[in-house]
Amino acid sequence: MASATPNGASGATLSANDKITRFSAPSRPLSPLPAHALFNNKTRCFVYGLQNRAVQGMLDFDFICKRSTPSVAGIIYTFGGQFVSKMYWGTSETLLPVYQETAKAIEKHPDVDVVVNFASSRSVYSSTMELMQYPQIRTIAIIAEGVPERRAREIAHVARKKGVTIIGPATVGGIKPGSFKIGNTGGMMDNIVASKLYRKGSVAYVSKSGGMSNELNNIIANNTDGVYEGIAIGGDRYPGTTFIDHMLRFQQDPECKILVLLGEVGGVEEYKVIDAVKQGVITKPIVAWAIGTCASMFKTEVQFGHAGSFANSQLETAAMKNKTMKEAGIYVPDTFEDMPRVVKSVYDKLVAEKTIIPAPEPVVPKIPMDYSWAQELGLIRKPAAFISTISDDRGQELLYAGMPISDVFRENIGIGGVMSLLWFRRRLPDYATKFLEMVLMLTADHGPAVSGAMNTIITTRAGKDLISSLVAGLLTIGSRFGGALDGAAEEFSKAADNGLSPRDFVDTMRKQNKLIPGIGHRIKSRNNPDLRVELVKEYVLANFPSHKLLDYALAVETVTTSKKDNLILNVDGCVAVCFVDLMRSCGAFSLEEAEDYMKMGVLNGLFVLGRSIGLIAHYLDQKRLRTSLYRHPWDDITYLLPTLATTGPAGESRVEVSMK
Amino acid sequence: MSAKSISEADGKAILNYHLTRAPDADVNAVLDQAEVTYPWLLQSGSKFVAKPDQLIKRRGKSGLLALNKTWPEAKAWIAQRAGKPQKVEHTEGVLRQFLVEPFVPHPDGTEYYVNINSVRDGDWILFTHEGGVDVGDVDAKAEKLLIPVDLSEYPSNEEIATALLGKVPKGVHNVLVDFITRLYAVYVDCQFTYLEINPLVVIPNAEGTSADVHFLDLAAKLDQTADFECGAKWAIARSPANLGIAAISSAGDKVSVDAGPPMEFPAPFGRELSKEEAYIAEMDAKTGASLKLTVLNASGRIWTLVAGGGASVVYADAIASAGFADDLANYGEYSGAPTESQTYYYARTVLDLMLRAPMSPKGKVLFIGGGIANFTNVASTFKGVIRALREYAGQLNEHNVQIWVRRAGPNWQEGLKNMKAATQELGLNAHVFGPDMHVSGIVPLALIPGRLEQNTVAEFHG
Repeated sequence: MASATPNGASGATLSANDKITRFSAPSRPLSPLPAHALFNNKTRCFVYGLQNRAVQGMLDFDFICKRSTPSVAGIIYTFGGQFVSKMYWGTSETLLPVYQETAKAIEKHPDVDVVVNFASSRSVYSSTMELMQYPQIRTIAIIAEGVPERRAREIAHVARKKGVTIIGPATVGGIKPGSFKIGNTGGMMDNIVASKLYRKGSVAYVSKSGGMSNELNNIIANNTDGVYEGIAIGGDRYPGTTFIDHMLRFQQDPECKILVLLGEVGGVEEYKVIDAVKQGVITKPIVAWAIGTCASMFKTEVQFGHAGSFANSQLETAAMKNKTMKEAGIYVPDTFEDMPRVVKSVYDKLVAEKTIIPAPEPVVPKIPMDYSWAQELGLIRKPAAFISTISDDRGQELLYAGMPISDVFRENIGIGGVMSLLWFRRRLPDYATKFLEMVLMLTADHGPAVSGAMNTIITTRAGKDLISSLVAGLLTIGSRFGGALDGAAEEFSKAADNGLSPRDFVDTMRKQNKLIPGIGHRIKSRNNPDLRVELVKEYVLANFPSHKLLDYALAVETVTTSKKDNLILNVDGCVAVCFVDLMRSCGAFSLEEAEDYMKMGVLNGLFVLGRSIGLIAHYLDQKRLRTSLYRHPWDDITYLLPTLATTGPAGESRVEVSMK
Repeated sequence: MSAKSISEADGKAILNYHLTRAPDADVNAVLDQAEVTYPWLLQSGSKFVAKPDQLIKRRGKSGLLALNKTWPEAKAWIAQRAGKPQKVEHTEGVLRQFLVEPFVPHPDGTEYYVNINSVRDGDWILFTHEGGVDVGDVDAKAEKLLIPVDLSEYPSNEEIATALLGKVPKGVHNVLVDFITRLYAVYVDCQFTYLEINPLVVIPNAEGTSADVHFLDLAAKLDQTADFECGAKWAIARSPANLGIAAISSAGDKVSVDAGPPMEFPAPFGRELSKEEAYIAEMDAKTGASLKLTVLNASGRIWTLVAGGGASVVYADAIASAGFADDLANYGEYSGAPTESQTYYYARTVLDLMLRAPMSPKGKVLFIGGGIANFTNVASTFKGVIRALREYAGQLNEHNVQIWVRRAGPNWQEGLKNMKAATQELGLNAHVFGPDMHVSGIVPLALIPGRLEQNTVAEFHG
């Protein structure tokens, strides 16, 4: 990547772009590594798979090791989509290219010779085989656990033929302090600092287990001048490279002075190291231990955590390995707990012999902590931009106002119960949730002719989708359509609260020339009652602990119907006053809260929710009928336009309409 | 021709029937049902072999092989043993699953032995003409041939014959070479890791130019991780139709992923999974994290709750080498960043088992151990453990349980702080250590008298 010049950004204002550090490819090919080394502080790699946390860990490690370039040159992610991935480089940021094809990544980065392969156990075989086709790739670390043994052997076989070093499968990888870190090896930054992995020491180790490699880092850091290189070969039965491969490398590396081997029950790979010692191929001091000595003391066979840790013969037991290693002159502690002491004694001996001359300790580097991690540790806080108090999807189970979704179903609280949780953040009594459901059912639809349904139908017929058609209908809901609920609730409760008698209320309204919202029906009358109203009335009178406002409204109805028969309490009015009764009397709300919810327009919400059912129904109905685009007939519109010629003096554009 | 006879044998012979798991189930009812499912059992004059099918080695030597029996005799033989404990060498277990197959009469000297096993560089084929119950040390006497991993290097028929069949009559060479090649193909294709047939019966025809091949006793291991590649192949071989069961049982309405029931991997003989172990194994199979539990001694007084495949072994080692192998109750580990609730269920299971073990005058010891984690958040997994401790706190004190904690890794300070606070609050007898302590350093401190006094590593204190 060529470095970009910030376009005209003045020094005073810092743009986000200025915080991004860009790295160009090396101008000349790097000198090749010696045969015994896999990594140095110029090593560049690809990370296969989208593993941002691991990549960030590697970059942080590079930064505290004072590498000039990040060890990760790019990311290969076949499911692609993204072209760059933004990472931190110290406190600034850098962009890593993301490639969908291996070939392209290889072509763009001829300096890369290591791949950290995070592909799953299912796909790691094909991706590793593909990677090995490119001669520039010299080392591949395979992280996946559960790679079939035959596939692992095939990978190892091809790798041996091509001279590629495979680390893994089923490993965390390895680390070369001061130079290169594979994936998540070494744990978090604080541990890397604690184990002094930002600078090299003289002790190199090979272990099977990734978790235990961290223990080794700790033991070596506490008892010697530190780790020179550490490799975890992985717990499977057929790791791509075994102890001997790495031990031989360490033997040849002049900077490495002490070798540590942490073997395990199962397999015979430790014996190859023993042979190498016996034959004088390995001459450096080795401290070794095979874990799993307990296996022979158990009555039955136990499969330990690692797939390969199972002794098929006496030779493969940990006890036999430890014994044979000791006999070959390897330093073997009596127990693993004793290992730190043995490591220290070997180190002290080499220091005394001046084979190891401890280097002066560099300043302990600082690494900025990730925001998210600091937050997880509870070290920092910041005001949140959003607050939510009704639902939470972060945990094991979705919560509605604190109630786990499984309880919602177990207790069968119904849609009314869910509404009470999400709208009011509390459980309402059963009769109340039933009432909410009743309102939804009653308001679900009111035929095709009302404005909401009409709008939905016309929009549907214009070929629009469900959401557009639904919204077109919903947008008509307001003070005129559907709004009678809010108005009725407001007027009736105001009147009742002010102590107006029903008759006074009716009179006041008439004097103000206002219609009483919630009173009156086109067809229905006292003698021909609206059954919907009867249903609601009956339910409320039977179930609500108090229904003062309904009683009040019914008294108002007595007054109005005495004037005209169809001035009955209509369904909007009835629902509205009953809802007010509910809010005030169910005991779940204080008076202020009830008032507040009414002001927020919760009644309108009820109507919108209920009517959405009907509007969706009209949409589906029109679709089902395959109705065509609606065009209103001309003859149903009165066209009255001003005639320009006859327009009066300037500014005169009034249109007079005289209706017959 | 020869290959055909093998697959016939395969189709006819490998017929299992399961005795229900409950020990007091009526064996005779199961046997009667078997007659309905496998009508060939009732063919008059037929002779059978009956044997337990529970990963028991050297059945012949332990008297667990009934040869040349009529069906009524075989039935009686099974009924006598089913559901009863049986001691095989050093292991005792209950016999629950038997295999009955047609008896193959064969003259002396026709029992061969073949074994395929995998090593790093390829697969060894072992063959000897002296098979049977008294095969002896096959490593020493069998002819061996290593088939390289790269199958393009598969040896020619002549090479196979020269390497393996030196002591076998020439007339059956072509049959055996063909058999071995096909057997190996299946071995590779279905990702076996071990396959032993003993005896492999080869009955030459009258002219000595060809032969019928039967495999009588078989032991095999499959690579379970290859399930995504071979699961379908394993399942189809176990489908009722391919096992020769004509009548589909009405209970078999369960829809399985493949053309047959999924492969089962039984526990070793005498080590059947307990309810708790099965529960953990099931949880393990369902997540990306790793959760393992083996109960070694249900009445043991030392229990472990250790994170990490390597660290868990180190703990078991440390306990064993301190001289407490017999007191160690379980082996187990949790790793790979399990969630808080997975850790909780895991910890709960272990605590529950521990508190069911009889009280000991010496009290019990619980190790909540682990190495320095690479990416598992210690605080969050410990939250799960603490939740379980809270639940059982009363009983833990009743059983006089000492708790020893050592853990490190991401967010360990928070994790240990919470652990320390919780154990103090609950009044538990606990010692908490961080990365200054050797990974399994708490084991000798807890178990070997005098070590605690010598200890110089400070406990974690917030």
